[in-house]
Amino acid sequence: MEQKFEVRAIENGTVIDHLPSDSLFKIIYLLGLENDTHRMTFGNNLESKRMGTKAIIKITDRFCQQDEINRIALFAPMASVNIIRDFKVVEKRQVEVPRTIEGFVKCANPKCITNVEPVKTSFTVQETDGEISLVCKYCEKTTHQDNMKLVK
Amino acid sequence: MGKKNLVSINDFTREEIIKITELAARFEADPHQQVLAGKVIASLFFEPSTRTRLSFESAINHLGGRVIGFSEVSNTSLSKGETFHDTITTISNYCDMIVMRHYIEGAARYAGEISRVPVVNAGDGANQHPSQTLLDLYSIKKTQGRLDDINITMIGDLKYGRTVHSLLQALSHFNPTFTFVAPDELKMPEEYKRFLDSKGIPYTETREILPAINDADIVYMTRVQRERFSDPMEYERMKNVYVLKNDMLQGTKPNMRILHPLPRVGEIDPDVDSNPKAYYFQQTENGVYTRMAIISYLLGVVK
Ligand SMILES: [Zn+2]
Repeated sequence: MEQKFEVRAIENGTVIDHLPSDSLFKIIYLLGLENDTHRMTFGNNLESKRMGTKAIIKITDRFCQQDEINRIALFAPMASVNIIRDFKVVEKRQVEVPRTIEGFVKCANPKCITNVEPVKTSFTVQETDGEISLVCKYCEKTTHQDNMKLVK
Repeated sequence: MGKKNLVSINDFTREEIIKITELAARFEADPHQQVLAGKVIASLFFEPSTRTRLSFESAINHLGGRVIGFSEVSNTSLSKGETFHDTITTISNYCDMIVMRHYIEGAARYAGEISRVPVVNAGDGANQHPSQTLLDLYSIKKTQGRLDDINITMIGDLKYGRTVHSLLQALSHFNPTFTFVAPDELKMPEEYKRFLDSKGIPYTETREILPAINDADIVYMTRVQRERFSDPMEYERMKNVYVLKNDMLQGTKPNMRILHPLPRVGEIDPDVDSNPKAYYFQQTENGVYTRMAIISYLLGVVK
């Protein structure tokens, strides 16, 4: 019964699965779900054979675009995104690591102008050995994955 | 040509770097060409740096341009709380170019986005100082007759020293060979070594100055700064290991020249100064010609 509730289907919308448990709240913020009025379900610390525990997001009647999905890559590169219509998966979208990131993430360098003046952050994304890091357009310093904080 | 800034050495291509060294040579041959007559250049030093400021202002004055600006922020509206954005927007309406130094990293890149006129970065914190890099390159070209295939040994603080990082990036266009001499605490960071690996550029690392300088065309010295060490005893030990002395130069190549971004603290013994291989004072003079070249090129007043 419990298990059934966890995977309950939606009629139309987006299901984002296989999120690391510690990424859920970041992704809620990245996708702007805090202010979204669609009906949605969040699950966290669910059992996962592949990941140990995982998080899942279901959003009714909202169909996430590719550029929104790519933002997820910063925190959950292994996420799977399914677009649902009439209870059926009509499209599986791959999370792709974007080439640039504008806003959302803070530069980890406290001496960077983006942390001193109201300047929107801008990074080029680097991927080495599966690790994602961001190179700041302004201070040219690198922000590593374990240091990534979101702009509030 | 649209507006072009010089914020980072990476803003210039290989061809542009070569162009700057050629222009610098032309200005050295004739330093009184009035190519900046009628131009007003703002020299904005949010952080004091007398040496760099005077070098830029000397270059502008020699070429007939006029300088406005400030050498520190205490007397400006900035000290009254005006945002950096508003300061740059306003001043860019008064001048044909902005030369700026700032303690905030990325300030020059941001200024370049806001300003109507070209921005030259004269140093932004620990980040970039591209006119220093270009004058280093001009000094290499002048003393070696070329930029290609240079064997360069970098000594001292290779971890935090921004000049060595920028020079490494710039030389990567010219098929160099690097030798890095540094204590373990101040080794060249992994990201720069990965960068060299990705371009197939050879480098070796060592802790000893000898014999690492014997094959070098250029020996590039840097300061080992006290504040980089958590242990003061360690600093006292290190600063004496990374000192270049005249008798160490015996086995070096005849064409070898010693560069240093200056000011030095104790890392080059004064007994080196009279050796013809000491080039660091001529290097500062090259800075004026290089800055003439940068400004004239960005303003499009020279062919
Ligand atoms: Zn930054």
